[in-house]
Amino acid sequence: MNKQEYKVSKPISDKIFGAVVVIFLASFVIITLYPVINTVALSFNDGIDAVRGGIYLWPRKFSMKNYKTVFAMQNIWTGAKVTVARTIIATLTSLFANALLAFVVSRKRFLFKSQLALFWVITMYVNGGMIPIFLLYKNLGLTGTFHVYWIPGMISAFNMLVMRTYMEGIPESLEESAQLDGAGYFTIFKDIISPLCKPVYATVALFIAVWQWNSWFDAMLYNRMKTQYTTLQYELMKLLSSVMQQSGSAENAKNSGGNTITPITIRSAVTIATMLPIVCLYPFLQRYFVTGLTIGGVKE
Amino acid sequence: MAQNEASVVKKDKKITWKEVKKQKFLMLISFFMVVYGIIFYYWPLTGWLMAFENYKPKKGLLGSKFIGLDKFKFLFEDETFLRVIRNTFAMGFINLVSTTVMAVLFAILLNEVRKGWIKKPIQTISYLPHFLSWIVVTSILHDSLSSTGIINDLLLKCGIIDQAINFFAHPKYFWPIVAFANCWKETGFNAIIYFAAITAIDPSLYEAASIDGADRLQKIRYITLPGIKPTFLILLLMNVGNVLNAGFEVQYLLGNGLVQSVSQTIDIYVLKWGISQNDYSLGTAAGLFKSVVSILLIVIANAVARKYSEERLF
Repeated sequence: MNKQEYKVSKPISDKIFGAVVVIFLASFVIITLYPVINTVALSFNDGIDAVRGGIYLWPRKFSMKNYKTVFAMQNIWTGAKVTVARTIIATLTSLFANALLAFVVSRKRFLFKSQLALFWVITMYVNGGMIPIFLLYKNLGLTGTFHVYWIPGMISAFNMLVMRTYMEGIPESLEESAQLDGAGYFTIFKDIISPLCKPVYATVALFIAVWQWNSWFDAMLYNRMKTQYTTLQYELMKLLSSVMQQSGSAENAKNSGGNTITPITIRSAVTIATMLPIVCLYPFLQRYFVTGLTIGGVKE
Repeated sequence: MAQNEASVVKKDKKITWKEVKKQKFLMLISFFMVVYGIIFYYWPLTGWLMAFENYKPKKGLLGSKFIGLDKFKFLFEDETFLRVIRNTFAMGFINLVSTTVMAVLFAILLNEVRKGWIKKPIQTISYLPHFLSWIVVTSILHDSLSSTGIINDLLLKCGIIDQAINFFAHPKYFWPIVAFANCWKETGFNAIIYFAAITAIDPSLYEAASIDGADRLQKIRYITLPGIKPTFLILLLMNVGNVLNAGFEVQYLLGNGLVQSVSQTIDIYVLKWGISQNDYSLGTAAGLFKSVVSILLIVIANAVARKYSEERLF
């Protein structure tokens, strides 16, 4: 339909505009992908050779030494284990808690639904700030433990609101007929609402999981001294700051058997290893977060 | 229509005592949720008292000496803090404007592509950076901007510069780098909502415009842009309150001694004084200042929006 229209009369301004669109999108894709590919190339390159520069899309002196070194580092393994554990535990508990709260708040006939919703919406705008929260966790004995990763952030008003919006779209009649059959609210939550909410659950689970996977600041703030609770991102952060300080000097390159490693190439290897799980997963969850954002982000 | 009216009547029907008695499960969950919220979200607010005290952990919140506004006086006489405020506002504002413009631009231009096999992969690629941590982002941007990275190589080859620039050592490059990093990370993801808003525009408007002889640029100007205006305003409102929150990770990760006069933000200041120097009172005072300004910004943005349009947050 549209095609025909364009064939009939295509003003010159449209042709110019079409070229602008192509150039913009092409540069967008290049700028988005180039730094990632460049880091992949660096991670497979020999250390000292990389310091010379000039590596763009493909390694110049191929070497697996970086990855071998990284996978032999104890702190990387510890960080990986903690990161996987916190991602799984926090995603499950947080998803359940947020869903339950969203369920309660979205019951149209619930006596305190608006008060409870307001109580949580306020937390989106007002919070104690870094120092009071730090002291609270310290007093509760959460600092220096694994629990600081999943207990404090279990409920997020934003995620709850996204789920509430979705649940409010489910016809009330389903709930009413279940109640006539004698179902309690927990049964309604478990057997009627939750199965219908799978798409929004997937969206929120993805948000929580990505947040958990990418967290480093809590590890630095609350578990700095506890190396057994370090996270992958925090280990990467330490490598990054060491690279920034040395800024590519070849002096601290370690030479072993012809192949060398430098902080730059090591850090590239850790960067790629850290982002790989997410890069492999997110394309498959795309339709979930797109719909999730669309329903949650635009208030109607 | 009739159905709509019926549901309105139903909504207004008072909740009966009989119904409330059946809501024990909901009450129980609400109770736990409120307790949790009080502990983790509302209790820390009492810590704001520290900003007005010479807080000593041993003496506790109630036992420490009350000193009034001394800490705030110190803050506003501290040149570093004033610079920190400037940096936070400047970077927050630059980031807000640049990410919004990029997201709108990207959504509109991608919408002009009619072929699905081009559009879909570009969209997928555009989401990628959002899911990477700031550490990964700064790490890979660091490679491209380093003295042996592609930017320096290109500039050298084109003869624009004679010597590689160390972008991380000059204060003048810091804000643009932070803005670029934010755009790089969030453009595709922020565009999702604009894309949805564009899709929701009535196609017959475009058809009518074509018949009237409008070209693509005119259609964007007179149909697409007005169509996404409500979404644009809501998001702008929501983000204005976040302007001061937009400055921590990337500044912390990319900042260094050479650029700290432009890189430090309020959060970094709080971290430096509160956690590293153990001056909890000063850290809290700086944090409290940030919270109050943020809330003020939200209230102002909401009031402005209420005056000029129908869109508002609450």
